[in-house]
Amino acid sequence: MPGAVADAAPSRDWRDRLAAIAWPAAVGGLSGALLLLVLLPIAGLLFTSSPRQLLRGLGDPMVAPAIRLTIATTLASIALIVLGGTPLAWLIARRRNRVWSVLETVVQLPVVLPPAVAGVALLLAFGRRGLLGPGLAVFGVGLPLSTAAVVLAQSFVAAPFYVQAAIAAFRRLDTDLVLVARTLGASPPRVFFTVAVPLSWPALAGGAALSWARALGEFGATLMFAGNLTGRTQTLPLAIYSALESDLQTAQSLSIILVAVAFAVLVAIRAGARR
Amino acid sequence: MSFAARVILFAALTAALDGANAAAAGAARELVVFEAASLKDVFAKLAPRFEKDNAGAKVIANAAGSQELRTQIEHGAAADVMASADRKHMDALLSEGLVVAPSVFTCNEPVVVVRPALAPTIKTFADLPRAERIVVGVPEVPIGAYTLQILQKASAKLGADFPKRVQTKVASREFNVRQVLAKVVLGEADAAIVYRSDAIAARGKVEVVSIPPDMNVVAEYPIAALKAAPQPDLARRWIDLVKSPVGAAALREAGFSACPAR
Repeated sequence: MPGAVADAAPSRDWRDRLAAIAWPAAVGGLSGALLLLVLLPIAGLLFTSSPRQLLRGLGDPMVAPAIRLTIATTLASIALIVLGGTPLAWLIARRRNRVWSVLETVVQLPVVLPPAVAGVALLLAFGRRGLLGPGLAVFGVGLPLSTAAVVLAQSFVAAPFYVQAAIAAFRRLDTDLVLVARTLGASPPRVFFTVAVPLSWPALAGGAALSWARALGEFGATLMFAGNLTGRTQTLPLAIYSALESDLQTAQSLSIILVAVAFAVLVAIRAGARR
Repeated sequence: MSFAARVILFAALTAALDGANAAAAGAARELVVFEAASLKDVFAKLAPRFEKDNAGAKVIANAAGSQELRTQIEHGAAADVMASADRKHMDALLSEGLVVAPSVFTCNEPVVVVRPALAPTIKTFADLPRAERIVVGVPEVPIGAYTLQILQKASAKLGADFPKRVQTKVASREFNVRQVLAKVVLGEADAAIVYRSDAIAARGKVEVVSIPPDMNVVAEYPIAALKAAPQPDLARRWIDLVKSPVGAAALREAGFSACPAR
């Protein structure tokens, strides 16, 4: 039936042409929309105030203590995370049974926990009426509303990022290398420090940077568990929230600092990953 | 157009219409009430009554610090009613032309709440510095501003260093009064300054120490409809209910008080 063929051909042609236009339009339009959603707020932060106004925003008396406290607490948190997280990741990476796989999931949990849940959970664990509260009270230690509480909150939410990166790095290690080192007589600590850690170094550093960035941004759990006091528990994100109620300029200036730091961390991690 | 394409188009159109209808019907019934954190419980009690009296209406409550509500409204939040815990934030909204004719509908009295275990230590307001950890509101939230005024007044009676003796014990400045209260209820703070209505809401979990009237302030609560209220009718009816004898009784029961004659 030549007629039918002649009939089908233009129709297919029409559909092909539509597809040729619709597909790029859909891909471009949808991705553009999402890109704008991410870019516009950043642009809003950067371009709605003059540099002079932004500098003036940093003159607020709560800015300097917040920056100092944030640097001190996030460094303490990352030290805590690396110190405990590296051996934990080593254990999880080297053992494959159900218990360790459940543990691995549990360690990841804070990534998907809402910050408010993290705050309540920390209160119920370390609060004066929490699981450990009475025990800590014996030693005269009360964690909530203290700088230590800030570090705990940051470590709780940020640890998974480092631990996950470390587990992945240790799993990528050539098991033969470890075996050879062991058969050559290297003790387990020596294998860990002279083979595993040096070979995994870039991935560990990347994980630590990501973890640090997350600690830097910690807000909800800190607010609930550590409170809000200039110089003691008011980190940059809390200072931003606080400033929002009196001086939007200060909130904006501080936000830009955090965006810049976060961006620098991302760039550094990507550069490190490419090497 | 192929049959499949027609079916898809039809489905898309009906879905869009359904969505539009649902949105219109929903919008016709929702009254968005922005309320100071201290009003949360008593407004929650009034909401079912309002929904019964106004068939199809649904009250959506947003309870937060008054300063936060103000910021949200200034940035275009679609609310119908604003009830603030002080005049300052309402006056600001009025001068910005965002609310219509605010009026004070109730008053509240700041008090000290104490962790029960510390009740023997902190018997009067003058004992407040004996607490190890005191929690107050940030100065921008009404209870925080009132706290500063109270400490200022107290310095005349209890010594010029009284405000400082209290401030050195402050362990946290919270962003709304319910957060302040929660720190004492949780046992994390020994004492806090909140409203009597909050103390009553936490009855049994905290002890109340009154602040002597000559050092205290009266917290006035203004309420207003928003100029851009999507539901101006419902907004007016909500305000009427809050000011009615029914509303007054609920407020009294919650620990609010009639305002002193000015």
